Amino acid sequence: MNRKRFLQAGSLATASLLLPRFLKAVERPVMVPPGNKVLVVLQLSGGNDGLNTVIPVRNDIYYRSRPHLGIEKDRAALITDEVGLHPALTGLKGLYDDGSLGILSSVGYPNPDRSHFRSMDIWQTASDSRQYLSTGWLGRYLDAQCSGCGRPTQVLEIDDVVSLALKGEQFKGMALKDPRRLYTASHEDYFREIMAAHQGDPGAALPVATAAHEAERPVDYLYKTMATTLSGADYIFEQSKLRPSSASYPNTELGKNLHTIASLILSDINTRVYYLSLGSFDTHVNQAAQQQRLFTELNDAVGAFVADLKANHRFEDSLLVTFSEFGRRVTQNASGGTDHGTANTMFLIGGGLQRKGLVNNLPDLENLVEGDLKYQVDFKDVYATILNKWLGADDKSILGRQSAYLDFI
Amino acid sequence: MDLTNQRRNQHLFWRAGFGPMAEDLNALATHTQKSFTEALWKASDRPVAYLDVVDNALKGLVMGAGDVAVLQRKELSADEKKQIRVQSRQDIKSLNLAWLAEMVNSDAQMREKMALFWHGHFASRNVNIFYQQLLLDTIRKGALGNFGDLLKEVSKSAAMLNFLNNNQNKKDHPNENFAREVMELFTMGRGHYTEEDVREGARAFTGWGASLNGEFIFRKGQHDEGQKTFLGKTGRFDGDDVLNLLLEQKQTSLYITRKLYRYLVNEQVDEARVQGLADRWYQSNYDISSLLKDIFHSDWWYDPRNIGSRIKSPVDLLAGIRRLLPMKIANEEVQLALQRLLGQLLFYPPNVAGWPGGANWIDSSTLMFRLRIPELIYASGEFHLRPKDDDDQMMGMREGGEVAGVPAMAGGKKGRMGGGGGQMIRAEIDWVPYLKRFEQVPDEQLFAAISGIVLQTPSGPGESLVKKYVTGDNREEFIKAATIRLMSTPEYQLC
Repeated sequence: MNRKRFLQAGSLATASLLLPRFLKAVERPVMVPPGNKVLVVLQLSGGNDGLNTVIPVRNDIYYRSRPHLGIEKDRAALITDEVGLHPALTGLKGLYDDGSLGILSSVGYPNPDRSHFRSMDIWQTASDSRQYLSTGWLGRYLDAQCSGCGRPTQVLEIDDVVSLALKGEQFKGMALKDPRRLYTASHEDYFREIMAAHQGDPGAALPVATAAHEAERPVDYLYKTMATTLSGADYIFEQSKLRPSSASYPNTELGKNLHTIASLILSDINTRVYYLSLGSFDTHVNQAAQQQRLFTELNDAVGAFVADLKANHRFEDSLLVTFSEFGRRVTQNASGGTDHGTANTMFLIGGGLQRKGLVNNLPDLENLVEGDLKYQVDFKDVYATILNKWLGADDKSILGRQSAYLDFI
Repeated sequence: MDLTNQRRNQHLFWRAGFGPMAEDLNALATHTQKSFTEALWKASDRPVAYLDVVDNALKGLVMGAGDVAVLQRKELSADEKKQIRVQSRQDIKSLNLAWLAEMVNSDAQMREKMALFWHGHFASRNVNIFYQQLLLDTIRKGALGNFGDLLKEVSKSAAMLNFLNNNQNKKDHPNENFAREVMELFTMGRGHYTEEDVREGARAFTGWGASLNGEFIFRKGQHDEGQKTFLGKTGRFDGDDVLNLLLEQKQTSLYITRKLYRYLVNEQVDEARVQGLADRWYQSNYDISSLLKDIFHSDWWYDPRNIGSRIKSPVDLLAGIRRLLPMKIANEEVQLALQRLLGQLLFYPPNVAGWPGGANWIDSSTLMFRLRIPELIYASGEFHLRPKDDDDQMMGMREGGEVAGVPAMAGGKKGRMGGGGGQMIRAEIDWVPYLKRFEQVPDEQLFAAISGIVLQTPSGPGESLVKKYVTGDNREEFIKAATIRLMSTPEYQLC
């Protein structure tokens, strides 16, 4: 039997399905309050070189440490007499001039880890460097938001695979590349029907959110995940058609993904956080060309995204932040690249910034720890600020710590 | 629930191994659990063959010089270093597939199942294929032996010493990483020792290191000979002493037993039961086989609450499908993509704590992909999913050598693409042994018979529902299609 015939067998089946009880409760419209704040987290995977992103163009140590890789003042996109952005980031310079760009320098954490996956874990789970957590900071936000809600669409990732950052104890954020594709993939009648049958199974417990899913039968947990996925797929697709963005975006993966996000931001969807990645910034070799290419993609896509949101009056309510698992060493290596380092730069982009431009001082290149930057700002304080001041969430319970809020929003 | 002999046997095969083999299906209904358990032990008693996948050129490059001293990295040219890195990564893929093949084909199911447990317990990431291969061998050989011996061998392995930075743990500059993880993850678990114990333990491990070709080295000059106070005892302890002191702690037996209970029996831990098992294991001086026998022979091992209640790990799932439906996979490497998309790539645990398991395996993407895999295998469908980049693995390069960050997947490796630009599983199932099982089954019992083989849960999709999605032109086609449909369910994710 070939695939076509195998699938045809399914389409012969009745398409009219009883909506399971559980989903009926979920299908009620969700009202989006006006002025709904939205967060977009852009992960620069691989360890972006922060010093060639925000360049201290009058710092001799910088140029001495990077005789080949250092970016000359006249090539940089200058934002002040002392600071330039990477030459590819001209659009971000425009945002700076506009008052829509904030720059946080030397963001990191104590006892930094130089392994990609470990340091990424630390950033995604918001753990200490000696702590192993199996939930992410946005997943725990989702748990708090979706308590009793049944459909975890408050946090979405534009990807094929869900990042640890979005996995909570109760709920896990959904990942999708394209609302239509997710809808089509989940719309196999067979899946819908076995789900409906399970819901009708008297042995199946009603999958209302339990206090701890340990108490629920694993089979119910699986069906609950299936139900929320299928219902979420329908909901996201419906919303994506509501007011699709007609703006033009660059034909890159990041461009397409931000276009998808823009269409959802313009809809009535209840999503507050979008997550996506760009990479790889792991520039051990031939850094100049690779960073140039990735930053061009970033610059053009973010430029189109900002213009789109502005035209639709959603920019004031949107905040895009970038992060990377670590920065790179101050000194260039012998292969035209840089090796894994520590503290790093974060961009904050939005129409609602309270502090614009350079939020804190540039990295102090005179005070290094074994050739690496010392962190000045704990990234968990940045998260806390965003959770508390932007998303109105209880950062203390989500992060499990008392944080020092920053004043950029 | 009506617990048939067959279901009990399937339970044994799923928990003490990777599920029943097609060839064994006929015996499942008639053989006793006792006879199968004995057969499993016997098969796992045989000596373990060393899995050696290292490319000969790489061996020449790294081992050829003979003398470890000339192998110091600085004496290799940049090109040679790169060659080593690239080949090493390629060989780790081969090791992954070779081990997966053992899980599928070997009769020593118990050994491989326990080796997978220890692979997650003694989690280590390493780009050095020699280290990986040696550690895997240690784990497979010691999987059913004495836990103390295994702990010591792993602690002296190049993979672990390197991964946990013990090469940097020196008398005057202690590095606490190794000592901390040995206590937190390998033996007692968090909350049973102090920071002072970590510092003192680290001093005991100073001087433990490994050579490039994977041999344990004790660097006497870097070892701190002084007195240490560790877990309330004082002496001039070295690393072995510290490991022995950790084994003396009953907490160690409790911590490992609880973890193993969750792996083999149920995510819901019965603490009293675990305490009893742990006490007896401690009495046996950590004999892993005694602990397993204690579990397999207990009256609750076949308790309905423990059957069909565990979420299969991605490796359980993939190996289990291949055991039930023997197949040739033309593009074997596609299995690495499946492992990555499902969240369990062998040799790349997410962190030093290993794969968290249980409900953590399941999110919207992994569940929907799990439900599609049987059909992808059966009907050679394409999937368009791309796993996340792993920068530790790729060092800025995409698989196949292109520079990472190139937007499209198109133009990737030859042969793995389908016509629509996605990936395909080019598998050919040998249905003969599987179909044999149903030869004597009357038509009206056929669906129940298939469901009883495929699913371990008390209930699943009913016959009338599944039949709507199965063309029934003939009996064989019906068995095949119904099997694939039953595998494409949440219930099949459980064992």
